[in-house]
Amino acid sequence: MIFITNGKIRDDGRKFDEIRPLKIEAGVLERADGSAYLEVGGNKILVAVYGPRESYIRRLLRPNTGVIRCRYNMAPFSVGDRKRPGPDRRSTEISKITAEALRPSLMLEGFPRSMVDVFIEIIEAEGGTRCAGITAASVALADAGVPMKDLVVACAAGKFNDEIVLDLSEKEDKEGQADLPVAMMPRSEEITLLQSDGDLTSDEFEKALDLAMEGCKQVNKVQVEALKSKYSKNIGELDS
Amino acid sequence: MNIIPEITRESITYLINNDQREDGRSFDEYRDIVIEPGIISKAEGSARVKIGKTQVIVGIKPQLGEPFPDTPNVGVLMTNGEMLPMADPSFEPGPPSEASVELARVVDRGIRESEMVDLEKLCIAPGKKVWMLFIDLHIIDFDGNLFDTATLAVLSALKNTKIPVAKMEGDEVVIDEENTMDLPIRNETAMCTFVKIGDKMILDPALSEESILEARLSIGITKSGGICAMQKGGDASLTKENILDAVKIAYSKVPDLLKKVESA
Repeated sequence: MIFITNGKIRDDGRKFDEIRPLKIEAGVLERADGSAYLEVGGNKILVAVYGPRESYIRRLLRPNTGVIRCRYNMAPFSVGDRKRPGPDRRSTEISKITAEALRPSLMLEGFPRSMVDVFIEIIEAEGGTRCAGITAASVALADAGVPMKDLVVACAAGKFNDEIVLDLSEKEDKEGQADLPVAMMPRSEEITLLQSDGDLTSDEFEKALDLAMEGCKQVNKVQVEALKSKYSKNIGELDS
Repeated sequence: MNIIPEITRESITYLINNDQREDGRSFDEYRDIVIEPGIISKAEGSARVKIGKTQVIVGIKPQLGEPFPDTPNVGVLMTNGEMLPMADPSFEPGPPSEASVELARVVDRGIRESEMVDLEKLCIAPGKKVWMLFIDLHIIDFDGNLFDTATLAVLSALKNTKIPVAKMEGDEVVIDEENTMDLPIRNETAMCTFVKIGDKMILDPALSEESILEARLSIGITKSGGICAMQKGGDASLTKENILDAVKIAYSKVPDLLKKVESA
């Protein structure tokens, strides 16, 4: 670690550079071509991937490459006050940036006129759902066997009580001073998503970015384990 | 719309005509049922139910609202179904399809007509304030028989629903965040769905069976032994014998289903 641990403890008992307890499982749905389930803190997220399949939406069709389409959706019961079902401006934006965060990792040139659908369902939300959605979506894409250069992994850093902290909880997100979601491909450290809101100095920004990337690497290990454990299980079944 | 190869249709029909099913079940046998109540801590009531590989998550959220003018002292129940595009390659995002509207309405009917929830107890101030219960069905994996899966999930979710205690002080509704009350449940209900293939009625259709169905019949039965809901679907007809057979089987199955929810 490049940070000096200052020993300060956050509301939920974590250190500033500690992510919430994280669990990822690959291949949880029967019908989808690929799927993943992710829990981080109080978030519960399901992702399904279909495709590459023939693009039945003409305006999305590209004669030279496949395209990715995302749908980020929050369940009405996932939050404190019931959310009206269906897309709103926030989920529309998140759907778009999620597709753009995942696209660089995918080798869709071999699938002209096709489409990959990624459905992200927030079953329960507790801060940081867009990052968790991207992380889970990449595992689901790998589970679907979509050719990719690397996984995409996302993690947010932010500012709470004047401290730069990793992986904001719901409370830290709501009451905090800044939020900086980052997605990257860990092997090349290429960043595929970067957003920021709130108030950060340039030093703080750099610190937060470094911290978020460090968080991404931690999360990536769990992604890899999830895929390994699914596919080593399958190999075990073949042997027996 | 899923296209079923003719050969699949023929093989399933052949099996059924010979008293067999693809997955080895008998005609009146459910697939494995898994019920997990209370999986969403932010929802006041919730459950995940799997029948075979079909998976439904139900969340229940109460909201304060006004009663309908013709029933001023009764709470409001609303069921909404989302057949999520993640659940099946043919499900599309967007406004609810006919199938999802039918699903929500049939599940709603089972609950409403069985008078499972004592809606009068959800009234806070007659004509002014009542609790509205929003029941949201989330279909996440579709492998046949959504009606029974969703109804079981709703029952399980209602049974663990806790709503805040609210009372009127003057003209204001005061919600006591500290104290919650269980939902007043006075009857329970479960649903059994059959499809007709060849001349046989088959309980709990798997997706492959559902996709070649000639007709479909769902029957809601209460704990106290009443039939509270029925819905026929599909392009073909049912005979009276078909229906009576199905009802008889449903009566023998519902106690087991209710027991499964009870012990989950």
